[in-house]
Amino acid sequence: MFPPAFNYHRAKSLKEAASMLAQAGQEAKLLAGGQSLIPLMKLRFASPKHLVDLNFIPRLSYIKKYKDELHFGALTRHSEIENSATAAAVPILHDCAAGIADVQIRNRGTLGGSLAEADPSGDWAVVLSTLETSLSCVGQKGERRIPLHDFITDAYTTVLAPDEVVREISVKIPPQGSGGAYLAFKRAAPVYPTASVAVQVTLEGDVCQEVAIRMGCVGLTPIRASQAEGVLRGASLGEKAIEIAAEAARSEADPQPDMRGSAEYKRMLVGVLMKRATYAAVRRARGERVDVSHLYA
Amino acid sequence: MPKPAVGIKRVARAKTRGGAIEPVPLTLTVNGKAYSITVEPRLLLVELLREQLDLTGTHVGCDTTYCGACTVLMNGKTVKSCTVFAVQAEGAEIMTVEGLAKNGELTAIQQAFGESYGLQCGYCTPGLMMCTYQLLSSNPQPNDSQIRKAIAGNTCRCTGYQNIFKAIELAALKARGA
Ligand SMILES: Cc1cc2nc3c(=O)[nH]c(=O)nc-3n(C[C@H](O)[C@H](O)[C@H](O)COP(=O)(O)OP(=O)(O)OC[C@H]3O[C@@H](n4cnc5c(N)ncnc54)[C@H](O)[C@@H]3O)c2cc1C
Ligand code: FES
Ligand code: FES
Repeated sequence: MFPPAFNYHRAKSLKEAASMLAQAGQEAKLLAGGQSLIPLMKLRFASPKHLVDLNFIPRLSYIKKYKDELHFGALTRHSEIENSATAAAVPILHDCAAGIADVQIRNRGTLGGSLAEADPSGDWAVVLSTLETSLSCVGQKGERRIPLHDFITDAYTTVLAPDEVVREISVKIPPQGSGGAYLAFKRAAPVYPTASVAVQVTLEGDVCQEVAIRMGCVGLTPIRASQAEGVLRGASLGEKAIEIAAEAARSEADPQPDMRGSAEYKRMLVGVLMKRATYAAVRRARGERVDVSHLYA
Repeated sequence: MPKPAVGIKRVARAKTRGGAIEPVPLTLTVNGKAYSITVEPRLLLVELLREQLDLTGTHVGCDTTYCGACTVLMNGKTVKSCTVFAVQAEGAEIMTVEGLAKNGELTAIQQAFGESYGLQCGYCTPGLMMCTYQLLSSNPQPNDSQIRKAIAGNTCRCTGYQNIFKAIELAALKARGA
């Protein structure tokens, strides 16, 4: 399968990438890992006339700790996050990175590309919206910092202007006493999940001070389980509270039936994943080392 | 030097709505051999290898980034070459299954796949051996779950995977000289 023909531009800097985009207009797209774009082009879901390749821009791939934040270059590959000792400070990031597709796709796919693609089944947006995350984006007019919850507006839709490029993703490191976990149910490795849940809890003793729950693949964008959060916030996190919260999360999901399963099936999955992710998050919040791995059919 | 003629003919034919496509010069190393050619931007890395460099050991199974038959190493990391544009390999070192054997001698990985019956039809084998290569270069003594994770992106329709798993264990042993 040949993708449709396009003109290829190799950007040497972010500024150059932005001006190439501006020059080529609506017919241009950025190319990062290509792990979403190339398959879409083969299927003719995308037929850009111009591709601006970000892969040759120096210093666009890095993981750094800066004060209480982790900074990721937009071109940082999933596998680099999976294997990073710096990123390991926030274990939910490893849950996410290590569970995306397979080794080959993780070696190529990028964090910036995943967020910009805004696929309703993409893992990163779900996980990063349980943390304080923002994106620094460069356009011809300069740079702006956009909080993740304002960045994705709909399925496959972001607030990026046609000439804007994501430069960096900043994630606030959760405080002591906070723990998170991310769990997905997948039919195989190289496919998107059927359903997924990310949970971040902050404990004081056994009582939940703060909690963020997001569900993936069960809505057009990551869905916030606000009622479930309400059940857990201020409660002591025992079996009963978690069971009630899972019930709430099930009803808050808004799944569509597709080849991965019926709406009812996905709702069931969300409940199970939420409970398991919460238990793992609580143990991590208490300082335990917990290995989390997705569930495979 | 390879035969760039095929690529140039394709370039001449490729058109988008609204104008001719600029061919792109490309310099890369494949299995230690340097190439300088001109390609059409939409040419996939796997097509470059198979159709233009005659390295047909890399297979196309699904062409949808699923099966891993097209796996090659790009700067030491496995990629699915049906999902990388050739132009993105500018300056890169590519290694294909043809790059494994040295002077006609099979390497430990290849011997192990043969000895463990880790293949039947062999279609998936080149991709699996490249995945084994990346695994063992970063982790010479992988445990069970690390082996399974390393080949999660590769489909085999024949073996049922158990012998592939054994082949990778054996390859690790052989490579360590154990
Ligand atoms: C078989 C398969 C299975 C997969 N499974 C999963 C999975 O389980 N979970 C998951 O989360 N993902 C999965 N993916 C997707 C993968 O994670 C992609 O890498 C990711 O979605 C896109 O990243 P990319 O770097 O490849 O982006 P590209 O494909 O290069 O680009 C995607 C889009 O983002 C834009 N873009 C890229 N970079 C930037 C930037 N810096 N600024 C602005 N716009 C940008 C591009 O113009 C394009 O529109 C899978 C992909 C495949 C092929
Ligand atoms: S041919 Fe590339 S993954 Fe199947
Ligand atoms: S040996 Fe036939 S597909 Fe694997």
